[in-house]
Amino acid sequence: MGGEYRESCDVVVVGAGHAGCEAALACARLGLETILFTVSVDSIALMPCNPNIGGTSKGHLVREVDALGGEMGKNIDKTFIQSKMLNLSKGPAVHSLRAQADKAEYSRSMRRTLENTEHLSIVQAEVAKILTEECALSDTISGENSVEEFLKENSGKKKIIGVRTYSGARYDAKAVILCTGTYLRARCIYGDVSNHTGPNGLQAADHLTDSLKELGIEMFRFKTGTPARIDKRSIDFSKMEEQPGDERVIPFSFTTDPESVQIPQVSCWLTYTNERTHEIIRENLDRSPLYSGVIEGTGPRYCPSIEDKVVKFAERNRHQVFIEPEGLYTNEMYVGGMSSSLPEDVQHAMYSSVAGLEHVKIVRNAYAIEYDCINPRQLKPTLEVRGIEGLFSAGQFNGSSGYEEAAAQGLVAGINAARKIFGRSQLLLDRSQAYIGVLIDDLVTKENREPYRMMTSRAEYRLLLRQDNADLRLTKIGYEMGLISKDRYEQLLEKERLIQKETRRVEHVNIGTGPKVQAFLERQESTPLKSGTTLVELIRRPELDYDLLAEIDSDRPELPYGVREQVNINIKYDGYIKRQQKQAEQFQKLEKKRIPENMDYDKVDSLRTEARQKLKEFRPVSIGQASRISGVSPADISVLLVYLESRRRSCGI
Amino acid sequence: MYQDTIAAIATAMSSSGIGIVRISGPEAFSIGEKIFRPKKTEKKIAEEPAYTLHYGTVWDGEILLDEALLLLMREPHSYTAEDTVEIDCHGGILVVKRVLEAAVKAGARLAEPGEFTKRAFLNGRLDLSQAEAVMDLIEAKNDLALRNSVSQLRGSVQKKIYEIREEILYQTAFIESALDDPEHISLDGYVERLKIIVEKLKAELKKLLLSGENGRILKEGIKTVIVGKPNVGKSSLLNVLVGEERAIVTEIAGTTRDILEEQIQLNGLSLNILDTAGIHFTEDVVEKIGVARAVENLDTADLVLYVVDASVSLTQEDEEIMERLAGRKAVAVLNKSDLDTVVTEEQIRERLSHPIVSISAKEEKGLEGLEAVIEDLFFQGEISFNDEIYITNMRQKRLLEEACGALGMVLESIENHMPEDFFTIDLMNAYGSLGRILGEEVEEDLVNEIFGKFCMGK
Repeated sequence: MGGEYRESCDVVVVGAGHAGCEAALACARLGLETILFTVSVDSIALMPCNPNIGGTSKGHLVREVDALGGEMGKNIDKTFIQSKMLNLSKGPAVHSLRAQADKAEYSRSMRRTLENTEHLSIVQAEVAKILTEECALSDTISGENSVEEFLKENSGKKKIIGVRTYSGARYDAKAVILCTGTYLRARCIYGDVSNHTGPNGLQAADHLTDSLKELGIEMFRFKTGTPARIDKRSIDFSKMEEQPGDERVIPFSFTTDPESVQIPQVSCWLTYTNERTHEIIRENLDRSPLYSGVIEGTGPRYCPSIEDKVVKFAERNRHQVFIEPEGLYTNEMYVGGMSSSLPEDVQHAMYSSVAGLEHVKIVRNAYAIEYDCINPRQLKPTLEVRGIEGLFSAGQFNGSSGYEEAAAQGLVAGINAARKIFGRSQLLLDRSQAYIGVLIDDLVTKENREPYRMMTSRAEYRLLLRQDNADLRLTKIGYEMGLISKDRYEQLLEKERLIQKETRRVEHVNIGTGPKVQAFLERQESTPLKSGTTLVELIRRPELDYDLLAEIDSDRPELPYGVREQVNINIKYDGYIKRQQKQAEQFQKLEKKRIPENMDYDKVDSLRTEARQKLKEFRPVSIGQASRISGVSPADISVLLVYLESRRRSCGI
Repeated sequence: MYQDTIAAIATAMSSSGIGIVRISGPEAFSIGEKIFRPKKTEKKIAEEPAYTLHYGTVWDGEILLDEALLLLMREPHSYTAEDTVEIDCHGGILVVKRVLEAAVKAGARLAEPGEFTKRAFLNGRLDLSQAEAVMDLIEAKNDLALRNSVSQLRGSVQKKIYEIREEILYQTAFIESALDDPEHISLDGYVERLKIIVEKLKAELKKLLLSGENGRILKEGIKTVIVGKPNVGKSSLLNVLVGEERAIVTEIAGTTRDILEEQIQLNGLSLNILDTAGIHFTEDVVEKIGVARAVENLDTADLVLYVVDASVSLTQEDEEIMERLAGRKAVAVLNKSDLDTVVTEEQIRERLSHPIVSISAKEEKGLEGLEAVIEDLFFQGEISFNDEIYITNMRQKRLLEEACGALGMVLESIENHMPEDFFTIDLMNAYGSLGRILGEEVEEDLVNEIFGKFCMGK
């Protein structure tokens, strides 16, 4: 090769989906020269599946990304066309925000942000090779190890030096973040039709997998799918239930002015499948590539195709179908709940059997997509690939599913890649701090064999991890990481102060049995008072809350919604929150017991063989993480605890 | 290093008449002050010099428990390297237990098994080789080690706890899946169902707790077997022993009918007494099984009460029984002293080196002598039984109470019409507490348990 193009930067991000965008923005905002590669600049922040951001537990992730200084929340606030707070009949832990996006606007707006971020450039090219070199002794040697120990541990350890594109250009970099989504050796399938393309017919990335395998990385093949898009003009909405947005919209981002999001909204529509639909599906199951074995990838249990649902819930005579707009610019509507990989003719029959879709015109077929992703147990909880210094990964490449899960990982991978370059400590969020912590811990610790989707049930301490307090949980960390401005940080401190002050005030407000109070209680259908009580006691009554009680709380100061909300929740659910905090503290004890990176499990004689193998494979960073690995028993954990303690003692630390 | 102060009985409960309650941690002196009143001085315990011994009385509030000596040690010059007081009591095991309870009431936390050793270890008082000894021990047991606390539970109790725990998990999982998939899993009418289930589970835990009070939950106490030929008065002996006013009599469900088990308290000693079928030669199949069981129990007992009918001559069967008693802790009981006796103590002494007592079960004579002999055996350390059990018992009781309390919280939440997602917090607390009883929960406290197997109470 004579004339090779060569360029140098700090960080290379491969892929410009939701993970890639967050990763690239984080690195660039932290001052690192960052190049974001995409197979198509037109597909930046593409939403190739559902036209919404957030939803149960995913809304939490978006809030957390925002609290740490990510972009997703801000971007959806600018481009949503409908918004809804879900689960309002349940406790505050499961309230979740979901917004319908104008897909094209979402994508364009994110692209604008990227293009106007300093230190960030976008390159349209397919990255085909990861470039590494053997680790030099000076790279990672840590204080307490002898040179011999170091050499033993680091033999074969590699370090990132850059990437090469399919066309041969070389980009030198100190860190590479892989966010390849569903593009690696992607294949789209419906019926017996199979196209070697990425989502939406976009070009697949066929070459990187081999390079990763050469580096010794084990790959999985996963599958996911998407329903058809249909022409709005062919839908009979009179047969469907309208699903309007909330009257008062709450923004995703803690920085968005709540007034700016009170805009006219577009409705979604609810209809149902029926016995006829199910019959059509059952009759044609043998033609489904899933059941005929054409698809080898593992699909998500929690986001099943309609044929999966019909098989799994055979006793059901109907399933929900949500008709959602793809944007204001288009007539295309998304058929939520009916993803499929059945053949074209079956799809037509199946969709048109649904009430209101009798004359449906399909714009784009439903299809399943298969793609390569990493076996994520090769990752550290920092999202760095073990054994390859400077190689990070995020998003569907890590075996997750969903835009929000991707964005959350992208942000963490970006922060950690940057901190690695700066020589700073890595960001680790644990399960009691954030859904992001739960997400990453599950990915790197559990043996997932299907795309991983965030769910509220995965978070053990969810009453602490509410979407309403994401800023209080994480914005200080975001500030330490350098992604939150001083201004925003100080606003947070002020919010904290106001919450504390008002909580203390409320605790000392006594309520007498005067006629005004009794009349108020009667109006609220709350039992009248027999004797005087405190405001706190009244807030705790299920039928009352902090805001309602303003009427009989004459000294109440004027406070912003965010403060009032926290005061209300803190008081109302005080006992539960404290009990959950106790659980979290118990959990943290084991998380804080760190396992040294150079831990030699062969030296721990008492471990059972299975546990030893698992520990060597996963290389957990803490006793807590070790305890969550399947095949590691409580007895093994105690062996580890004693071994680490005695080691610590003998080192005289 | 540790914030809380722990207390436990430091002596093996069988080894002597003196029992030591050890209190270690930052509050050790102030807790000592609350329960111990020195005779001679008005000085505060904390102001006394280290390694001094003080004479005084131990109190539980306004109730005098015992005369005692208090030994004072200052950090880091104690076993745990923390402030420590030790209270030497004289009044027997029950009193020692009450002193421990008083210390707990005064603010100490009941030490987990082996926690003193753990603290010693973590505070740098044990060296690596000692720590390695711990490792060896774990290696030997590994899988079994943590199950040990389980083995102390009666099988039926353990099974019950597993069942309750399973049910709790199922209900939690149901709520969680309904939250994740409201379309397919409905919570309509669920709360009413859950209320009934939780009330039932709570009642079951209550029952376990209640039986725990009577010592039924654990295989606590000295396993005592009454053996002898048929009709020598074994059952009469059992009846008079349990018929004593001070005895707590419980008939334990699930034991086989041919072997009756009773529990009695004897001056602070807890005896589990098994009455066995008479040992004799027989061709009857059913009887043979009974005899075989009696022999089996004899071989595993901590203490054997060998009953002889003194009014009839010794037979070949007696010879066989006495052979089996060699090397075992036993008392020969010459019953029916109210009748004309043909068997003398001398005759027995020729064949056995064990203590011999003459009684009349029928006229309830000579029982004090028998009790004194058993106490002597106990306090001379001739009977050893697992002193871990007492602590384990209290610990398990506490965990059962926690689980019970957590279920109570669930009911309260239901009462208050809280949304379903709140229920799982307390359901999981109950689940966790029960898991700790069964050794199925992984947690930091596990180190305690390991050290518990290594060295107990010290």
